[in-house]
Amino acid sequence: MGVEMGRERIPGFELEGRDEDGMDRGILTLSVGPQHPGSGHFRLIVKVDGDMIVEALPDPGYVHRGEEKMCEYRNYIQNIPHLERPMIADSCGILYPYVLAVEEICNIAVPERAKYIRVIMAEINRCIFELYWLGIYGIFLGHSTMFMWPMADRELLIDLAEMASGARVTHAYFVPGGVRNDLPDAFPEKAKRHLLYFKNRLKEYKDIFYDNPLFQARTVGVGILSKEDAINLGATGPVLRASGVEHDIRKVEPYDVYDELDFEVITMKEGDSFARAYVPWLEMYESVEIALQALEKMPSGPVRTKLGPNPKGAVGEAFKRVEAARGELAYYLVSDGNPKPYRVKLSVPSFREIPVMAHLLKGAKLADMPSIYWSMNYWPVEADR
Amino acid sequence: MSQQGQADTDQLIVEKEVVDKVTARFGEKVKVAYVKPRRIRFNVSKDHIIDLARFVRDELGFDHPISVAGVDYPKNKMIDVVYHVGSCTNERYRSFVLAFAVQLDRDDPVMPTLTPVYRGVEYHERETFEMLGVIFEGHPRLERLLLPEDWADIPPLRKDFHIKGREE
Repeated sequence: MGVEMGRERIPGFELEGRDEDGMDRGILTLSVGPQHPGSGHFRLIVKVDGDMIVEALPDPGYVHRGEEKMCEYRNYIQNIPHLERPMIADSCGILYPYVLAVEEICNIAVPERAKYIRVIMAEINRCIFELYWLGIYGIFLGHSTMFMWPMADRELLIDLAEMASGARVTHAYFVPGGVRNDLPDAFPEKAKRHLLYFKNRLKEYKDIFYDNPLFQARTVGVGILSKEDAINLGATGPVLRASGVEHDIRKVEPYDVYDELDFEVITMKEGDSFARAYVPWLEMYESVEIALQALEKMPSGPVRTKLGPNPKGAVGEAFKRVEAARGELAYYLVSDGNPKPYRVKLSVPSFREIPVMAHLLKGAKLADMPSIYWSMNYWPVEADR
Repeated sequence: MSQQGQADTDQLIVEKEVVDKVTARFGEKVKVAYVKPRRIRFNVSKDHIIDLARFVRDELGFDHPISVAGVDYPKNKMIDVVYHVGSCTNERYRSFVLAFAVQLDRDDPVMPTLTPVYRGVEYHERETFEMLGVIFEGHPRLERLLLPEDWADIPPLRKDFHIKGREE
């Protein structure tokens, strides 16, 4: 019995190509996930030769819920709550293009104040998401302080989102024709206070996290993505901008009131895991700036266009995209004139990072896998939809 | 005319420029489905889709794959496969999303893969394969992606597949 219990008997542990004497000089296939604590609900099949990854085959689908099929059974308003489930940490970001697409298909006008409120909420959500991601990135590189700090600061911003929408996460706040309800009177003042505190607090992240020599040792020069590969592989968001491509949907195709607000597109040319972690940090400063400007400029007035029951779309299609926290998020909506959409396709940034991840892991060291994987900003639930 | 309306009309000049370049190169082989502000869609046969994709990538700068969507139309007996691409490098077309679509026979949906042109569509095409049953010839890894391993039904995004308890 004991003799048979060789290494090859361990599940998920296979060897390919072996010498006649049974020595394992071959390629070892490892299954990382879906229950692995370092991968989320996602499996990576990794083939290693010693310490080097020869091939990485991403295997998503463990949390597939058929969101696109569900959309075909519900009308445009009923689709709102379930569509934000794939990305609860950035629920405004994932709902934004859907709302824009429905407005185009059903020809709904949006009040000016609602556009500003949407921008404020989208930017607050961007920070909420990026803090969450930064915390998890930190803990998987063994930096537990970096797990605690963003999680605590995130609460301040969640308070703001809760004050506006009534829910901590999954706000279902954006609706076709505006937002669900107006902001409370005390919101602007509280938001300014929290955002300014948060902006100062961000500086300390650099001292504790980005300047940390251990963090740098694990990320600088690791998983370098060239500009050409980033574009051709369809990378998006901070991953694309960390490789030196100045592409931000808020700038290239401004929606709502982004063209009236002043902000910078953050890019870095290194394209390594460190740059992919640094770009979101700099972007949070811009988000705070955008939210503060929008709070200043926000006019008074109605926040929601009243719709008839069961709004019908015109026959046709709409393709709308926004810059969510993880990158370009697009909805392709086809309508056949019924109150229910004929086809809804979500093109989510996490799904688009899968080929990038496979590309970067090939030839990397196994020990660099966590720093590459988490720098991708990949969320299994969003990718699977 | 409102300011936004004026801006949209000015923009359409640039959209027409894209359409003219494509029709000058392909003529009758490519049909223009619509031209809207910052959105253009072409319909093309599966024999010419790779040429069209290479042309818009190399000559027009639409180098950034965004999405691949399949839409099932049982009444017309066809499946529409729509590729959406954007541009990261051509400043003039950066705000555009270009769509090119192939109409396939619903009973025999076979088309060539676009992975040699856009590597980023690999997983989108795999998803379209399992969700609508479209076969992409030459795809490096046309396998099941999101569905369970023991899925033994028709592709779920076809219109004749119904969620249990929601048959109409």
